[in-house]
Amino acid sequence: MRRINIPISDEVIRSLHVGEPVLLNGIMVTARDAAHKWMVETFIKKTRPPQGDDLEVYEALKKLLNGGVIYHCGPVVAGLETKEYRFVAAGPTTSIREEPYQADVMRHFNAKGVIGKGGMGAKTLAGCQEVPFVYFHAVGGAASYIAQTVKRVHGVYKLEFGVPEALWVIEVEDFPVTVTMDAHGQSLHALIEEQSQKVLQELIAS
Amino acid sequence: MRDLTNEILELIRRASTDLPADVEKRLREAVEREEPGSAARSALETILKNVELARQNSTPICQDTGTPIFYVRYPEGWSTRRLREQIRNALAEATRRSYMRPNAVDALTGKNTGNNLGDDDFPYIHFEEVGADEPLVIELMLKGGGCENVGAQYSLPDARLGAGRDLAGVRKVVLDAVHKAQGQGCAPGILGVAMGGDRGSSYLASKEVLFRSMDESNPDPKLAELEQRLTEEANQLGIGPMGFGGKTTVLGTKITGLHRLPASYFVTVSYMCWAYRRRRMIVKGDEVIYE
Repeated sequence: MRRINIPISDEVIRSLHVGEPVLLNGIMVTARDAAHKWMVETFIKKTRPPQGDDLEVYEALKKLLNGGVIYHCGPVVAGLETKEYRFVAAGPTTSIREEPYQADVMRHFNAKGVIGKGGMGAKTLAGCQEVPFVYFHAVGGAASYIAQTVKRVHGVYKLEFGVPEALWVIEVEDFPVTVTMDAHGQSLHALIEEQSQKVLQELIAS
Repeated sequence: MRDLTNEILELIRRASTDLPADVEKRLREAVEREEPGSAARSALETILKNVELARQNSTPICQDTGTPIFYVRYPEGWSTRRLREQIRNALAEATRRSYMRPNAVDALTGKNTGNNLGDDDFPYIHFEEVGADEPLVIELMLKGGGCENVGAQYSLPDARLGAGRDLAGVRKVVLDAVHKAQGQGCAPGILGVAMGGDRGSSYLASKEVLFRSMDESNPDPKLAELEQRLTEEANQLGIGPMGFGGKTTVLGTKITGLHRLPASYFVTVSYMCWAYRRRRMIVKGDEVIYE
């Protein structure tokens, strides 16, 4: 299976196609609902003034996400009391909730991959072609298995969002994913949606 | 009345880390149905590896340890106030030990309480009194947010789907709910279906029915037939594990009925992800049995 190192180049992104399984290696950042809303409102649309350590975190994210990967994940983390963090369970969360934000975030930070589950919609798919970036699908619920690929927790930002919603900076080794939306306009999710819609119509008509 | 905090902690640990045998059996059967080398088969293989690893290491099967839903049948004379306190203490300890993720978020401020304890409905605890000579039974289900979000309620008749107020109409709306869910509820799922009731009772019943074993068929032959048909037809949709396409979209269907008002005919579908976590403890005298 093909191994891909983070940061990822545009050339590598364009070489990926729907259906290809890959192993990701390197440093990525977890971000889900609260983080996406916060990034868009504070740094992209600027409808909310930066507060507290926002600008400091922004500078760190700009470096981490340039060519980087965002993981839609709200992990179970051990070592909260000692700050010697360890990922215990860390599967993907449902990505579609970030549909209003994802393409804007990827463009702003020049991020190259987003990992989640369930796929995303038309706005994100258009962003995949333009930025470019790809959507990597991890196996939903495979939390203990995926946590074993997280070799080190480098740190955490915005822990005040709560453990699941914080931005965790993690180093992974051979994190298994499948490309399900690529930079060439293909989406496995759109295809399955369309095919299953036809079957549904037939079943309902009978 | 004895203190059962440690025993309840063990119930939570088992629920979060040890997938029940009836569910694992269905997943193992599903792997064999998918094409070798397909994304569907590979997803199911990863799922099964994860199930084994979680059990072996006592770590959560899924990081979304969900809404803890407790059903308690307590013998006459037991204090529900104390049982609630013991359940809450056990849950906070389970969270501290990383069997559970802190999941209780304030609706207004967005603040996570950090210990899984929210208001009176988080965790959700349902109490039912039984005779003084019967055992205490505590059942726990953990239902993650991804699958909870794809649950759906229909009010029949539904003109869009051509669904009338009968079992044929129930069938149509349930299939529609499975289609809408696609892979987002972590397919292959298990469908909990309630017909009737009001909006609230119907949602609750659609979850309660998921406490039934997957091996037990519905006592009503018409519902047993519909359960089987819905599972087969949902699988014809071809959504497959994780929505990758494939033969297994649903592992099973459970249907229940509630008395309804003449004017209302609700059908509620609770979608349970493959990580169908539920466990039971039975307390008879000094003995505690886990199932």
